[in-house]
Amino acid sequence: MKKITQILEGKNLLSIFLTAGFPTVERTIEILTEIEDYGVDFVELGMPFSDPLADGETIQQSSAVAIRNGMTLATYFEVMKIVRKKTDLPVVYMGYLNQILQFGVEQFCRKCNEVNIECLIIPDLPLEVYEREFKTIFEKHELLISFLVTPTTSDERILKIEELTTGFMYVVSSSSITGRRGKITKKQRAHYEKIKAMKLNKPTMIGFGIHDKKSYELACQYANGAIIGSEFIRYVAKENAAYFLTTLKA
Amino acid sequence: MSYTIDENGYYGSYGGAYIPEMLYRNISQLQDNYLKIINSDAFQKEYKQLLADYAGRPSPLYHARRLSDKYGGKIYLKREDLNHTGSHKINNTIGQILVAKHMNKKRIIAETGAGQHGVATATVSALMGLECVVYMGALDVKRQAPNVARMKMLGAKVITAHSGSQTLKDATNEAIRDWINNPEDTYYLIGSVVGPHPYPDMVARFQSIISEEMQQQLMEKEGAPDPDRILACIGGGSNAAGAFYHYLDNKKVQLLAAEGAGKGITSGESAATSILGSDGIIHGSKTLLMQTSDGQITEPYSLSAGLDYPGIGPLHAHLIKEKRLHVYPITDIEALEAAMELTTLEGIIPALESAHALAILPKLEIRKDEILVINLSGRGEKDMDAYQKYFTYLKKHPKDELEKSFLFVP
Ligand SMILES: Cc1ncc(COP(=O)(O)O)c(C=O)c1O
Repeated sequence: MKKITQILEGKNLLSIFLTAGFPTVERTIEILTEIEDYGVDFVELGMPFSDPLADGETIQQSSAVAIRNGMTLATYFEVMKIVRKKTDLPVVYMGYLNQILQFGVEQFCRKCNEVNIECLIIPDLPLEVYEREFKTIFEKHELLISFLVTPTTSDERILKIEELTTGFMYVVSSSSITGRRGKITKKQRAHYEKIKAMKLNKPTMIGFGIHDKKSYELACQYANGAIIGSEFIRYVAKENAAYFLTTLKA
Repeated sequence: MSYTIDENGYYGSYGGAYIPEMLYRNISQLQDNYLKIINSDAFQKEYKQLLADYAGRPSPLYHARRLSDKYGGKIYLKREDLNHTGSHKINNTIGQILVAKHMNKKRIIAETGAGQHGVATATVSALMGLECVVYMGALDVKRQAPNVARMKMLGAKVITAHSGSQTLKDATNEAIRDWINNPEDTYYLIGSVVGPHPYPDMVARFQSIISEEMQQQLMEKEGAPDPDRILACIGGGSNAAGAFYHYLDNKKVQLLAAEGAGKGITSGESAATSILGSDGIIHGSKTLLMQTSDGQITEPYSLSAGLDYPGIGPLHAHLIKEKRLHVYPITDIEALEAAMELTTLEGIIPALESAHALAILPKLEIRKDEILVINLSGRGEKDMDAYQKYFTYLKKHPKDELEKSFLFVP
């Protein structure tokens, strides 16, 4: 069984999203090698894109910095190679489809295998296109895939997503781009409840807008765990990331 | 027709809907309903009526005699510049605002480059009493200031996009993000044949009135509906799509397009997507776009805000691949010259975008008996600032110097 699959059987999981190459390539390597010590179960390592449609300002800006720092897909895999000498922490690839297409899908899959990336999140790869054009090749390379589920996703479609998910179901907490802060609303809670009540057969992780201990713990009541992205990046920018992680599980 | 979309929204290998799940419900609703809505009798009646009484259609097909004398052949201008709000953009916004109404949407969002689509959207939103928000890149807010003032007077909220090159691409990103944040009551009114399926097809249908009228007008004036060549500019490609639409399968009619080459295709400051672009995904569509080898979208440049876009609609990417469409890169200077020339010869000040289409003329060998139609997509009021700076520059510098140098910085 894949390590990520094993981990996803757990509860109260903490996952962190970070932009590869932000604030520097060296810092990304440091964070990835140290983060397990702070109770992080797995990481989503974001490949920065010039035009990230689903992302708010924080990730837009961290992506722009990372691109300026020379982050390319080739560099991304180099970073992972270095990281793999020190840790087998599960790393999920997160990035927009265009870069994978330019790199070459087959080549991309091989590289993921080489650095033991087991799971992918590609936010602008819709379910239907995945089924038609990508499922076979990802399966051939034993790459798991996680899809987003949002408050506007119909029940029927959630079941279809469940069927095609091989990693986890990424439950987007509200109808919004990444990085929104503020209290979890009643509406969001209702969305969590609905997902929980569906008793889905695949692991679920809640993300988008999770930004402190309270919102993290609330999410954990309804899913296998939660993903923190923009808020973590804000703390990385302030060189305060380690402190932030300790507050989550304090 | 062989140049229409397939059941998944592709023109050949281009198009589709590469959207995050957050947009799935809204996009699939639109995909499932747009044809039903726009093909209904009630819709067609209202649409045609507004085009006639509100937008002022049909737009004239004008025989430009002095321009023809200079270049040969018989050159017609399809006068989209005479439409209400000053460009072809109104054809599409009237259509889409009616779609939005049918879908019970209360809030309209749009992106704009030159501001023509923003103005056309603000206009129809005012007409229908709907809230309107327009995203516009910071650079475009500056260089198309008259249109920003118009949008505001029409009651639209103009939000400045500060990311990236601060032009059309970035305004489009922001509009899409707004739609993700407001999935319930908002309708995204896209301004060109770009974006996820069904937008390219829907916008092309609304602009197809241009070639529909051209056929009738040429029939009346020339006794036959077909010209030899049709010329149009391409930003995203909506006015070109409209001007080509009913001729796509008619191979006897040559299709020519101009794209913004900026300071030249090798200058690093250009928006000549057909030459500098490669296959990829931009704004939810698989198409030709300017990008690095690593798949980062490149920041384009053209003096013309409406052509300053690193992509091109999937229909045009397909037409180029099939060699049905020939694209000419036109530099800023060539376009400025063409604008001056049309003004001098015909007393018509064209939009800088449309001037790119006019600038194809000197590159052609035109037979005497040929009939050409140039789609004059818009008027030039919004570009007076750039035109004036150009005159001032010309007064101080000899023209041949200008051609060789890039000293002219508007
Ligand atoms: C007058 C005019 N022509 C052409 C364009 C380019 O758009 P499209 O290629 O969609 O026709 C614009 C865009 O703003 C415009 O204002």
